[in-house]
Amino acid sequence: MTVAAPALATPQARRAISFDSTWLIWIAIIAVLLFLVVSPFIYLVITSFTAEKTGDFTFANYATAYGRARYIDALMNSLKLGGAAAALAGLFAIPLAWAVARTDMPGRGLTRMLVLVTFITPPYTGAVAWILLAGPNAGWLNRFFMLVTGAEAGPFNIYSFTGLALVIALYSFPYIFIFTTAALELVSSEMEDAANILGAGAWRTMHRVTLPLALPAILGGLIICFLEAIALFGSPAMIAIPARFNVVTTQLFQFFGNPVRVEVAAAYAMPLLGVTILLILIQRLMTRRKGFVALTGKGGERRAIQLGPWRWAMFGYAMLVAALAVFLPYLFLVQAAFAKAWGRGFGLENISLRNFHFVLFEHTTAAKSVLNSFLYAGVSATAVVILTLGVAYIVTRRLVPFGGILGFLCIAPFVIPGVVLAIGFYAAYAPPPLALYGTALILILAFTTRFLPIGYVNASAAMRALNPEMEEAVRVLGGSRLTALRRVVAPLLKRSLLGAWLLIFIPATRELSAAIFLYGPNTKVASVMIFDMSEEGNFEYLAALALILQVLTLPLLWIGQKALGRDFMLRRTAT
Amino acid sequence: MSKLVLKNVARRYGAVEAVADFSLELVPGEFVSLLGPSGCGKTTTLRMIAGFMPPSAGTIEMDGQQISSPSSVVPPERRRMSMIFQSYAIWPNMTVGENVGFGLQVRRLGRGEIDRKVDAILDVVQMRGLKGRYPAELSGGQQQRVALARAIVVEPEVLLLDEPLSNLDANLREEMRFEIRRLHDEFKITTVYVTHDQSEAMVTSDRIVVMNKGRIEQIDAPHVLYARPKSRFVAGFIGRTNFLEGSRQGSEVRFDGFSAAASGLEGANGTGGLLYSLRPQAIGLATQKPNGGYLAVEAEIAGRSYLGEYWDYQVKPLGGAKPLRVSTGPNAVFEIGSRVWLEIDPSAMVRVE
Repeated sequence: MTVAAPALATPQARRAISFDSTWLIWIAIIAVLLFLVVSPFIYLVITSFTAEKTGDFTFANYATAYGRARYIDALMNSLKLGGAAAALAGLFAIPLAWAVARTDMPGRGLTRMLVLVTFITPPYTGAVAWILLAGPNAGWLNRFFMLVTGAEAGPFNIYSFTGLALVIALYSFPYIFIFTTAALELVSSEMEDAANILGAGAWRTMHRVTLPLALPAILGGLIICFLEAIALFGSPAMIAIPARFNVVTTQLFQFFGNPVRVEVAAAYAMPLLGVTILLILIQRLMTRRKGFVALTGKGGERRAIQLGPWRWAMFGYAMLVAALAVFLPYLFLVQAAFAKAWGRGFGLENISLRNFHFVLFEHTTAAKSVLNSFLYAGVSATAVVILTLGVAYIVTRRLVPFGGILGFLCIAPFVIPGVVLAIGFYAAYAPPPLALYGTALILILAFTTRFLPIGYVNASAAMRALNPEMEEAVRVLGGSRLTALRRVVAPLLKRSLLGAWLLIFIPATRELSAAIFLYGPNTKVASVMIFDMSEEGNFEYLAALALILQVLTLPLLWIGQKALGRDFMLRRTAT
Repeated sequence: MSKLVLKNVARRYGAVEAVADFSLELVPGEFVSLLGPSGCGKTTTLRMIAGFMPPSAGTIEMDGQQISSPSSVVPPERRRMSMIFQSYAIWPNMTVGENVGFGLQVRRLGRGEIDRKVDAILDVVQMRGLKGRYPAELSGGQQQRVALARAIVVEPEVLLLDEPLSNLDANLREEMRFEIRRLHDEFKITTVYVTHDQSEAMVTSDRIVVMNKGRIEQIDAPHVLYARPKSRFVAGFIGRTNFLEGSRQGSEVRFDGFSAAASGLEGANGTGGLLYSLRPQAIGLATQKPNGGYLAVEAEIAGRSYLGEYWDYQVKPLGGAKPLRVSTGPNAVFEIGSRVWLEIDPSAMVRVE
């Protein structure tokens, strides 16, 4: 009984083939990454120095972009907004994170779940809900206030700097929450016990041991919140413009109005890009130092701190934050979605399904915009997963020299705000020869680039967790590298890849900052549709559409939690 | 004809020479171990044999055909070898049966024949009942058996094992040593076995290649390696030993605390320093001066440890500075400080480099 074995190939021939194909793949991937990442970036820079009509080199765009006081004001507003939103978000997130991670506060699971709901609420949906809540006079909070006090006018006005900062903070605080809980969960009770036994009380232990250990993570979360706030387009456009002030992103949008002044926009986008790159570098340095927490991550069990009666106070605070971010906004969104007119209140006679029917079946583009969103997000997520898996495989298995460059290019878009990315794509691919402006392809490409980092981080983590011996065992038994990929690598990575796909797909269906600059008449996506409806003041239709989008996300979330565990969305996006 | 021939194989990482000038021939059916401390280049050598990396110099031949050289390497899947990995590399997405049958499937055997062979080999490793299990449901020892079955069922030309027992606990490790040797005796597959554990190598191997810092120190059968180590490294790495430094004085060689006739000592007329290895088991202990032809040295017990299977004494020759380690049976009890006689067979003293 002999086993038929493949004949020995002539060594020379094999060597030549493998050399060529590896390099071909490397060249193909680097070409794709150059197209997606490097070229838009280079075009952004070049365009900012190009005269509009002649194409000559010029500094004029910079002179225009920074030549007016109100343009400079918008820059300053963004910085102030980022600071205010980050500070507010810290106020919401840090106590909650501590309570959930380290104390016996009741409803810790509930709190975590509500933070997740906050996290998957698009910021612009939150902004609309808060317009319903705190719009001057007509806002529900103001009407309630007037009803109770009998006053002529309510005190709340969402159309203000404070209002905008609050709305942004409410929907970006999950970032800080995620970072902080992750860090606090790594501080073992033994470290605190060690401080206690040396004579430190609870308060002293907290501020000399626990907080310093979690501090880099907290600061990192604050930085991400700051960057989120200054890069955001939807909420500022809905709130700042009526409030008659501008921030960088809304100003950029105006440069893109008729006529499109992409050269000036490119020049004006530079500070946003610079600040982002700088702060991400700082954040990376800080969280790298966090290593000393991670090293002792196994250190013993973590006992919940007994809060006594204060646990209910803490729970109250958690529910207050949840009320602001989830309960109140969703209550009034649902009301508006089912209302004939949202201002007419909760009476039975005001309830109808008309809005849903209109949005789904009558409106010319609303239903199509949802389909577009899902289609583009699906194609982009698939492209990202395949591309980043290829890169992660090549990099972790060291198949080519300088594989690190590929990995770097996949991570690089992380420092490019969506708005800036869109301007780069416009500059690079809107003009001939490609003339992609208004096509589905440019949106798909932009989404693909935007979500490359999430894909790469997940793919390379999955690859690193896979022992190379698993593949070597295939090869030594006579299977080719492809057999190994098909029979072993792919089945083993199935779950992580599905997770990565969802982590890209879900935010991609909500993406607004890049889409608003690149969509065309036939390629409108749901987020742009919602934005348009808010400009027209059609809050009932808008609420219906926003709810449809949220409800469609739920099954995906459920699949993700089944495949990857309860916290997959919160854990994987941030790290 | 030799089955596997390595000629002057070397592997360089930048300026570091992981393996240098490695030459070895295996006859068909031979079981050879590569033994050495971690970082000695043994795994690198094995991976070059498997085809996972090219040598930077030298060649590897199988059945007279060249399979590796710095310019060309037959890829692992074309070598008709199989390998057992340190992590076992059992694929968690396949059942035991699928794992074991994989290599046969790749070789395009019929369904029925695959089943038959898988069942037969699972019987051999006593895993027949667990054919439908997934690896996560198996213990470490069972996973090890699956890895063995998977590697053997394809009837490879050469079987490679990379520290296959290092993840098992001590009892299981000892059991699996014998299991590996039993399977070898049954299937007679030419085998290269990498380990840092000398007793593993001694139980399993026909010959052992002792490696240190990328170079071969000695290639010999286990008992020769123990009795006749050629270098200080081998003598120290395989078992315990006493190193005795001597200097030639007339017809005698003077050691620390005693001397021996040069005529009775191996290599005492050679040039260079005279360093001898003397195993603790090769020294006798007696209360009376022995009257055999052996060397008798009066000494004092300086320390002792009892290890159940034997006593480990430290005995200092009178007038000497350094105690010698002496092993005796568990019933030979001597108190610390008592005078004894050491009985040394000069032919057991091996001159080492």
